Formats: sequence, structure tokens, C-alpha cells
Amino acid sequence: MKVPLQLSGLRLTYPGSATPTLDGLDLSVGAGSLTALLGPSGTGKTTLLKLIAGLLHPDAGDIRLGDRSLLPLPPERRKVVLVFQAALLFPHLTVAQNIGFGLRMQGLPTDVIARHTDAMLDRLHLTGLGARRPDALSGGQTQRVALARALILEPDLLLLDEPLSSLDPGLREAMRALIRSLQRELGVTTLVVTHDQAEAVALADSIALMQGGRIVQHATPEVIFARPATLAVARFFGGENVLPGQARGGVFESAIGRLPLPAGTADGPGSLTLRPEAVTLGPGADARAARVMECRFLGTQTRVELDLGGTRLVALVAPHLAGGLAVGQSVGVTLPPSALWFLRENPEAPPAVPE
Amino acid sequence: MKRDVLSALARLALALFLLMPLIPLAIWSVAHGWRFPALLPSELSLAAWSYALSPVSGVVGSLGLTFFIAAVTSVIATALAYPAGRALGRLRFPGRSVVLVLVLAPAVLPAIAVALGLQGLFLRMGWTGTIWGVVLAHLIPALPYPTLVLTAVFARFDPHHEDQARCLGARPLQVLLHVTLPAVLPGLRTGAVLAFLISWSQYLLTLSIGGGKVQTLPLLLFTFATSGRNDLTGAVAMIYVLPALAFMALLLRQRSKTAPLPNRTDR
Repeated sequence: MKVPLQLSGLRLTYPGSATPTLDGLDLSVGAGSLTALLGPSGTGKTTLLKLIAGLLHPDAGDIRLGDRSLLPLPPERRKVVLVFQAALLFPHLTVAQNIGFGLRMQGLPTDVIARHTDAMLDRLHLTGLGARRPDALSGGQTQRVALARALILEPDLLLLDEPLSSLDPGLREAMRALIRSLQRELGVTTLVVTHDQAEAVALADSIALMQGGRIVQHATPEVIFARPATLAVARFFGGENVLPGQARGGVFESAIGRLPLPAGTADGPGSLTLRPEAVTLGPGADARAARVMECRFLGTQTRVELDLGGTRLVALVAPHLAGGLAVGQSVGVTLPPSALWFLRENPEAPPAVPE
Repeated sequence: MKRDVLSALARLALALFLLMPLIPLAIWSVAHGWRFPALLPSELSLAAWSYALSPVSGVVGSLGLTFFIAAVTSVIATALAYPAGRALGRLRFPGRSVVLVLVLAPAVLPAIAVALGLQGLFLRMGWTGTIWGVVLAHLIPALPYPTLVLTAVFARFDPHHEDQARCLGARPLQVLLHVTLPAVLPGLRTGAVLAFLISWSQYLLTLSIGGGKVQTLPLLLFTFATSGRNDLTGAVAMIYVLPALAFMALLLRQRSKTAPLPNRTDR
């Protein structure tokens, strides 16, 4: 059954702490969707998962799953399963007993548990490992057992805390694909905590970015990249180009000149952001003259730092397009109007060219 | 290979060292007239054993009483040590090391001092001369052992396992039965056996609190030993020592069984 999750006004201050960990947090997760809860380490992402799971209690606010509030319910009656970052398999039980644990707690007959467990073992590519002890498993197998142990209960909500962080890079890809396909197949509403924006983008339908105890933006990855809600969001996702200036009559006036704004933008001070990968180099009708300050090959892209009339601008371009560039050289730069995004917020320090 | 041989030799030496004092006792118990300088007794007899095991001697009743007192002490001590060990192993609070030293104090204080102090108190409370008074007195030296063992066990137990179990639908009692107790079971067993053995070997406390009315085996054994009946002393000593050895053996066997399995190589 697909159920939406609704968090409203959640507040939590740990005893002895001066600042609240959660400060009026709102978030709604669509039924059956996979949402990544993204934020720097120490922002209270795990705390939020524990609140939803019922292991902590908020000072204020509500947690609703479908049409019921979870707050009066103890963890075992919420139909919410939290899979911790450390897989926490019970060391005294075999793999199969670990997976069947939740069903055993419900008092189901052994043969039913065995049937479900076998199905889960197959589904998570653990066939034949049922009799093993947890300490005889590899890291990837351990994570899959933890996932199987949660999914066998067919929860209304699945909470995953950094499910990939303990895996080798090679295994991450496979695990990510497995989580994705299982989540689609079962349609369980899922909230995944991560501090890795690349992981969030690759895994989730939507990303909820958490900063300062709140969700600052919740949108699809595409929207978050192209139209960040704040400068902090833009910076978190690698948006390095921020131009301070003034909106006046549908035009943005800045140190590098006048740039077009979307229709209906009200006048006033603000900033213009532009993804580095949206900047194009080379001659063109709207090209401005810039000087190459640095050129660095990053593997799949080349990072070019430009001096555009005293303002620093970063471009990420395909390596074959940047092959001939040399530091100090002059190059044409085009800022596509469709990629410009206006924020009514001034950067703390304007990005000036270092002397 | 060489290490295996060495370790086997070391274990044999240890076993011999522990069992050596029992050998003359065993011989005494079946000797009929064994005088210096004879290396071995001239005649063997089971008279001492048959007397010791007969109802007249009171040894069997005393064995039962000793066992009862040790078992009750062990159960109570372990039950009290469980929450104490859980708190000490898990929580980091100021003065924790002071509390640990205080927990250990009854095990390091001279028994005679404790016994004299307790006797005065118990006399006033009217607890002397009763089995329960003796149990209460035995708890004092017995408690530190299961407490320290469980402190160590809980320090290694990740309480997130309990949270995880709750999330998987286990009620608090189910968490205790299916997750926490199995995880700390080796520690519980070790602590219980140690508490049992401490109570089993108490002499001074039983004498002073029991006031001679609670005749446990060590008290009886001392009576026989001072009466000069070497054969009886030997037989009763064997009866006294064997259950303790059996418990130790049980403990060692369980420990080797619960030792972690070697990691598989086919990762």
C-alpha cells in the first residue's frame, strides 16, 4: 500500500544544546516515491529519521503517515522500518533468522516465515547464504541482509540511513541500482539519508535539502540544480557562479554588464546564478570577451576559470572543447539566458578577481 | 604446530597445579591407616565415604543447603548486577571510575572486617542464624563479580540493536528476550557461576552470620578437619570440591563454544 508522509513543524532541541537540531521542519514525501534527505554531516538527518521511526520524540510538530499521526505510537506499531547506517545484524542469529526476525515477532508460523525468508533471500541475491552467520558476510551482503530484513515486513515507510556509505565504490553502483529497482517494484514510500549530492541525484525522485534544522528546498534534482531556492543551496550543489547586481525593468545590471531576466521579475537588488556547465566557450553572436585564468582537466570535464571584465566565472566544458585553451588567452563566453536564475539575495562577498 | 604443543603443555601444567592438592585428599578418603613414612596407604577402605554419605553425618543435607544458598545468592547477585552492569557499561558519567572502584570494594576488603561489622548489624536486625541472613551476607562478596563481567559485556553491546529490533516490530519485552539477553548471555552465565562459586566457598561470613545454625559444607569440613579424622576430611573435601570443579568445567566449555567463529575466507 502506498502511503504519503507528512512532517510539519518538527522541533527538537537535544538537552544541553543551545541550538535546536530541528527548527520547525516541514516536509511532504509523496506516496510511493523515493526522496533523498540531503545535507552536510551533523545537520540532524539521522535525528529526523529516528523521530519518524519513533526512537526519539519531537518537542513540537506532527508526523503523519497516510491519515494517521505516528506520534502516539511506539516504534513497533508505526509500520516504519529504519535501516541504520551500520547494518546491525543480530550476531547470534543466522542470516535467515535475521531476515525473518520481524515476522517471528509477529508470531507467524515457522513455515510461513521460512517461505517469506527464502523469497527475500532470492530477491536480494542472497540465495544459499541463509545459514551463514552475519560475521561471515561481505559488506555488500551485510547491507542486503539488512534491507531484506526491513522489506520482508512490507512497511508503509522505509527509512535508509546512508545505505551506501560503508560500501566500496564499485559495490555502491550495484547497491544503488538494487535499492532503486526494489523500491519501484514494491512501491514503498522511502526516505534515504545521504550527505553525498551525487548519490542523492542518482538515487532519488526528489531531493530534500536540509540546512539549519529545516528543509530549505524540496524538488526534483533537475530543479534544484537549475533553480536553487537560496545561494546556500546553489553552493551546496556546486553552483559557483554568483553575480551580485540589481534587477531593473526586466534586466539584470551587474559588473559584467546587462543580462536578460525572466519576464515579471520585480526590481531590486539580488544575485544571478548560472551553472558552470551551462557556460559555453567560443565565438558566438552573444559572446563576451573573457580571459582564461586557469584550466584544469577533471576527467570527464575540464574546469575553466575565467576573468570576465573583473568578475570570476567558472565553466565546466567537455574536455575536447577546452583542448586548445591556454592560460592568459582570450576567449568568447556565452551565458545562455535560459540558464540564468535570479535570487533576491546578495552574496556575502562578491566574487572578485584576486589581485 | 609448535605453539599447539606448548599451549597443550601449559594447560596440562595448569590443570596439574590445580588438581595436585586434591590427590592426597582423594587418597586419604579411601585410606585405612596411612602413617609416615609409607608412600601409599597399606589398606584401602570405603568406610569414610559410606559414613559421609549416610544420613547420620549430615554431609548430604549440608551439601543441599550449601547448594541452595549458593544458587539463591547467584540468582539474586546476577539479577542485581544486570541493571548495574548495563548502566556502568553503557553510560559515561562523571565519577564512573569511582563507582567502579566502590563496586569492587567488597571483593578487596578483608573478609574478617566485613564479617565483624556485619555481625553487629545483623544481630541488631535479628537476621543472624537464618539462611536468608547468610544469603544476604554472601551477596556482599558475590555481587562485584557478575557486575564487573556484565559491565564489560554491556560496554561492547551496541544499544542500537535494541532500537533496530523495535523498528522491526519487537515489543520491549521481546527486545529483551530475543536481542539483549542472547547478546549478553555468555556474560550472564559467567557472572552467575562466579557468584555461585564465591558463595560456595564462604566460610567466615557463614560462620559469623549463621552463628553455627547454618551448617554449610565448608563449616562441616572444618569440623572434621580439626577433629583429626583424615579419612573423613578427605571424603568430605572431595564432595565439597567436585561440584565447584564441575561448574568451572561447564563454564570453560561454554566459553569455548561461544567463542567467535573464524571468518570465512570466501568473502
